[in-house]
Amino acid sequence: MEPWEKLNALHLDALKEIGNIGAGNAATALASMLGSRIQMTVPRAGVLPLQEITALVGYEEDPVACVEFSVSGPAPSKIFFLLSEPSAYLLIDLLLGKPQGTTRELDEMGSSVLTELGNILTGSFLNAFAEFCRLEFKPTVPAFAFDMLGAVLSSAFLEGGYFSDRALVIETKFYSEAITISGHFFLIPENEALGKILQSLGLQLD
Amino acid sequence: MEAVIKPEEVKVGIAEWQVARGPWRLVTLGLGSCVGIALYDPTSQIGGLAHIMLPDSSQFQDRGNRAKFADLALPDMLAEMLRRGARRSMLAAKIAGGAQMFTSGDRHLSLLNIGQRNTAMVRQTLQELGVPIIGADTGGNYGRTMIFDLLNGDVHIRTIGRPVKII
Repeated sequence: MEPWEKLNALHLDALKEIGNIGAGNAATALASMLGSRIQMTVPRAGVLPLQEITALVGYEEDPVACVEFSVSGPAPSKIFFLLSEPSAYLLIDLLLGKPQGTTRELDEMGSSVLTELGNILTGSFLNAFAEFCRLEFKPTVPAFAFDMLGAVLSSAFLEGGYFSDRALVIETKFYSEAITISGHFFLIPENEALGKILQSLGLQLD
Repeated sequence: MEAVIKPEEVKVGIAEWQVARGPWRLVTLGLGSCVGIALYDPTSQIGGLAHIMLPDSSQFQDRGNRAKFADLALPDMLAEMLRRGARRSMLAAKIAGGAQMFTSGDRHLSLLNIGQRNTAMVRQTLQELGVPIIGADTGGNYGRTMIFDLLNGDVHIRTIGRPVKII
């Protein structure tokens, strides 16, 4: 039996709260980089098959940029930060101080800008998460891909060494009304991490 | 971009396989390090398409979904094709996918080489089953969609930013 089969509504609410606190901090970091208000949706948490995780973001063939991190420490997890193609290009323009609409395809410079952005936002996410749970997280070097959503998400799991076809995901969507940006944060605690995270919040799995 | 599944198309999801007969088409979207395997008997127009995630089931305890593993999905799909009337001696395979999608400064990721290992196990399993591979588009660092036309056995490979390729 997978540990996530013991999750109840209270546990899921606690995990959503982690998503809320982590993504809230990341959204604040992004807002201060861009000088624009960034909003986020209420996080969702649940155990989903890969195909449904894809459906949370869009269609399998939609082009997306994805920065992937493995997080080590007492609660090993994965973090994926995804951006739609138009959002990725717009963010490259804004962060490089170019007029909007300049970037029309992804080059090496653009890939590094997005990887670095992922680095900063993931750092903010993890800091808030760590402080809230009193756990220590160490993210690995980021990995980057820009391609079809289906190919990118499945490979983020497989190439990151996560081999189940279901995962416990905590998902937050962030967006802005002033500038057209839409992105997703996924936190995927590995099996042994789940109990540790809940325990740190005073909850037990059994 | 909206992925349009036309009425005459059957979608094959990740860690699934499907068998159908012409004039249907079998479609699997967004293969990254996964591998898609199209088996076809031109005399009966029976074809099967599998979307496998992992090479070798013997390394895992949880084998609840057999279609996830190359070594289990292919014999299962082949058996279903024969049951529906495909002729074993006429079968040939076309394969696509097995990419390495992510680049990183961290060597650990590329050491896993999951795409290459998937492709190698698919080749080995097809050889054990006695099915020749007559077309392949594998490796690289980009995603692929396979559209398998059961009227003629053509497999169209769709990518982002490259012309459609037929194998």
